[in-house]
Amino acid sequence: MTATQAARAVAARPIRSLGRSTLAVVRTVGAVGVFAVRGVAAALTPRWFPNQLRRQLVTIGFFSLPVVGLTAVFTGAALALNIFTGGGRFNAEQVMPQIVALGITRELGPVLAALMLAGRVSAAIAAEIGAMRATEQIDAMRTLSTDPFRYLVAPRLLAATIMLPLLTVVADLIGVAGGWLVAVRVLGFNPIVYIRNTAAFLQAWDVGSGLIKAAVFGFIVALMGCYHGYNASGGARGVGRATTHAVVSSAILIFASDYLLTTVFTHAS
Amino acid sequence: MIRPIPKLAWKGVIKRFEGRAVLDDLDLSVAPGQSLVIIGGSGQGKSVTIKTALGLMRPEAGRIELDGRDVVGLSEGARRKLFSRVGVLFQGAALFDSLTVWENVAFRLINADGVPRKQARERAIEALDQVRLAPTVAHRFPSELSGGMQKRAGLARAVVGRPEILFFDEPTTGLDPITAAAINALIIDQVKRLGCTAVSITHDLASARTIGDEIAMLHDGRIHWRGSAEDLSHADDPNVRRFVDAAGLSPVDVRAREIV
Repeated sequence: MTATQAARAVAARPIRSLGRSTLAVVRTVGAVGVFAVRGVAAALTPRWFPNQLRRQLVTIGFFSLPVVGLTAVFTGAALALNIFTGGGRFNAEQVMPQIVALGITRELGPVLAALMLAGRVSAAIAAEIGAMRATEQIDAMRTLSTDPFRYLVAPRLLAATIMLPLLTVVADLIGVAGGWLVAVRVLGFNPIVYIRNTAAFLQAWDVGSGLIKAAVFGFIVALMGCYHGYNASGGARGVGRATTHAVVSSAILIFASDYLLTTVFTHAS
Repeated sequence: MIRPIPKLAWKGVIKRFEGRAVLDDLDLSVAPGQSLVIIGGSGQGKSVTIKTALGLMRPEAGRIELDGRDVVGLSEGARRKLFSRVGVLFQGAALFDSLTVWENVAFRLINADGVPRKQARERAIEALDQVRLAPTVAHRFPSELSGGMQKRAGLARAVVGRPEILFFDEPTTGLDPITAAAINALIIDQVKRLGCTAVSITHDLASARTIGDEIAMLHDGRIHWRGSAEDLSHADDPNVRRFVDAAGLSPVDVRAREIV
């Protein structure tokens, strides 16, 4: 190889690796897209497995209540303190109840509930389905004439999409209650006036837009768990990798879709 | 003379992984009601052979015929119908952790065939009895069973739907000789009772000789030798000879021979 050819080869290396990375990203996006379409098709068409759906509704929804509730109460309380302190710089302490309510219902309630679900549920789904893949249980299911997309994926997608908005309602209530508690106990607000101000200020769309976000986040959390678990390979190490990828990709997609949805809602209103 | 159509046949099947041909123009068939055992070393393509027949892996080329009909590339719906004629005992039994033993055995009956749960439970307990598992085991979870008991439960799940073909993936791997002999006896018993065709893969020669009417040696993705269990000891194929000879040695002896 001449010196010129060698120099060209070195120069082409970063371009080649950039091309490879781009292709890998496109391939993954395509694979996730196809997986999502198959999952949605399985969720919307018979045959359904109601027992599996019931089990997932309880596992994803009911058992996530404590972690979502605790996160919401502390976030609401901290938010109240921060807004009170920050608002004090331009004599706006009195609007603290409204800002806490707005922040919780539009943004923090759905996002924090989704992040908690990403940590608790997406990881659990990826680990469970990944272990099933590693021990040939998914292959066994297919040989028993049962479609794993209908039995495993669809119930989890449906359950997370249904339950996260409900969990968000709980997070909204507890988050606002956390703010109220700090305002009344620490900052000397009148408890009745605080609630009256919050109720008078909030509009249905503030809560509604948060719930729409929550449904999208719920779908993302379950989709990432199922996708990474279903495609896990390489035994226990592969299952661990799938779990990490599920949580990380869920979190990133939650923030990305949050911005996207907020932009759409802002333009729409 | 017209040759009978094989129950299952691989014809010129090629399957590659990252460019390496694991199945390289594989030709193999099994006659109805026969028990074929595929033997071979690790990584020679035994599991891939079964997985291509089950549609869990798609070959790059060739035909896989069930009763003379090509089953490669079937739709998911058509494959589900095909699976209703097939029973599989996986290497690690592949029982579903979250279900009890009877729910595992009755999985196909409840979820694919629509059999009511009460009736499915009765059939599952009957199938467990056929593999010498007591009804008290039915309500336990797979994690509460020994390896041998899990294999029995897996066998009960494979036979409960009365399949036409049974696949056994390393049925005795990881079991002590007494339990392995019991599993072999159960396999023979169930295959005879159902009158079905059986395809097994193993590197346990004792098991192969016990459960197989015919034995085929898979090496480098092709069948190198095929014959009856009795002929195995006298086979002149070097790969078979090496395999048979090594089976009688301890792992230390095998290593020593390789070094020499």
